[in-house]
Amino acid sequence: MLCQECQKRPATVHLTKIINNEKQVWHLCEQCAREKEEFNFDYPPFSLQSLLSGLLNMETQTEAQPVDYPTTKIQCDNCSLTYTQFRQIGRFGCSNCYTAFSDYLFPLLRRLHGSARHVGKIPKRADSTVQLRRNLENLRRKLQQLVEREEFEKAAQVRDEIRRLEKEVQNGGEDYEAKN
Amino acid sequence: MRQRIKAGVVSKWLENTGPDSEVVLSSRIRLARNLRNIPFPYLASDSQTAEVAKQVRGLLQEKPDVFADIHYYAVSELTPLERQALLERHLISPALLKEDHNSAVLLREDESLSIMINEEDHLRFQCLLPGLQLESAWKMADHYDNLFEEALDYAFDEQLGYLTVCPTNVGTGLRASVMVHLPALNLTKRLNRVLSAIAQVGLAVRGMYGEGSEITGNLVQISNQITLGQSDEDIIKNLFGVTKQIVEQELQARQILLNESRDQIADRVNRSFGILKHAHLMSSQEGMQLLSDVRLGIDLGLIEDKKGLALKELLVLQRPANLQLLTGKTLDVFERDRERAKLMRQYLA
Ligand SMILES: [Zn+2]
Ligand SMILES: [Zn+2]
Repeated sequence: MLCQECQKRPATVHLTKIINNEKQVWHLCEQCAREKEEFNFDYPPFSLQSLLSGLLNMETQTEAQPVDYPTTKIQCDNCSLTYTQFRQIGRFGCSNCYTAFSDYLFPLLRRLHGSARHVGKIPKRADSTVQLRRNLENLRRKLQQLVEREEFEKAAQVRDEIRRLEKEVQNGGEDYEAKN
Repeated sequence: MRQRIKAGVVSKWLENTGPDSEVVLSSRIRLARNLRNIPFPYLASDSQTAEVAKQVRGLLQEKPDVFADIHYYAVSELTPLERQALLERHLISPALLKEDHNSAVLLREDESLSIMINEEDHLRFQCLLPGLQLESAWKMADHYDNLFEEALDYAFDEQLGYLTVCPTNVGTGLRASVMVHLPALNLTKRLNRVLSAIAQVGLAVRGMYGEGSEITGNLVQISNQITLGQSDEDIIKNLFGVTKQIVEQELQARQILLNESRDQIADRVNRSFGILKHAHLMSSQEGMQLLSDVRLGIDLGLIEDKKGLALKELLVLQRPANLQLLTGKTLDVFERDRERAKLMRQYLA
């Protein structure tokens, strides 16, 4: 485990502090621990901003294992926003942040929306294989239902359609584009 | 010389038409869109936001016939009064004015469509129509979104949909909302119960002027909160269904008022009508409340409306900036109260 403060050296000192009846545990390297002691654990300043990021961080408090917090510094290479900054201000810096932070976004999005998967409009210009893949998903679901209902004749037709679409996905969706 | 913002009433949503217009004042669809890899306005450099604005202007110039009825207004070119007037007409958001990142607004001549550039997101399409017309507003927003998408490189992700500044908008980037007039639910003390039921089905409830604004004049805005995991159509259908139920509840409450306290309600709305017709000083808060009463009176048949009074127009015209645009004068608070009362007297005489 790396030191929480500098994220560079291994954490060898484990400090426990009770603040407002809440137990806080710090995992620090020796150097950072000494600095902390000197400043006598400055209390985090209270602000609306921290209240907001507190909401964003809810699951790190309720779950033993923080599931969506990186142990190393994560930064968007396009706009330079760090993941920590994102959690503080609650806003992304650019569209690439979604890729840079992708490993940690799902708990947040699920809490906000109850889902982390887009099912709405798709831009026409977006890679047409997106549409193809979604059609494929729907067809596979349909196939399963048909098999369960033992409607094998229809199921065979759907299976052929799936095979055709799978081929198109492999060809990069060109056939699909030509037709639509 | 550049086009000025028109004084008086031109916004489409202020027309007294549309389905369920006795309860639903307006329907709004908003779509948030961003350009790939250009930092979002709050983080972008001046040249980056200028680039976004340039791309949009380029698109308008490329297809002059398609965008013939759309005007481009840079925020920096608008007078403070014009900015405020657009806010009061619900055509722009406070966020567009907060910081000028080469921000601009595109307005269709009938003001049914506005497209904000470099607001919180790079692009925000907004369609506002009178009455309960979520479906039509969606089709219109969708249409312009498609036109823009042909020319601009949108930030879209297969898994997460349209990528936005705030994680609360990601996915469809869609905010659908209706503004409803619920005087009878308020008078029969049922409003809070209905509003908390709405909140329980995952919809947000606000006053007429957005987040944090109080509920004045019995006007309530209801909108979706979830943008991920639901399709645009489902979000709209859901809000439509809930709105239909609210309309029904309000109409029931109006019937109860008529059956059980006809004299009291007739007295109240006609008193309000009298004040509007005869007062010489009026605050905009009082104006909103009285207009709400008169509208209820007309809807209940307790006030005769031979001329087809444009009460919805008055709601916006009486606001400070629109009032000053209309009179063509800069007015202090006292002068506004006087001009507002005069406006009401003229309209309702
Ligand atoms: Zn350290
Ligand atoms: Zn970024």
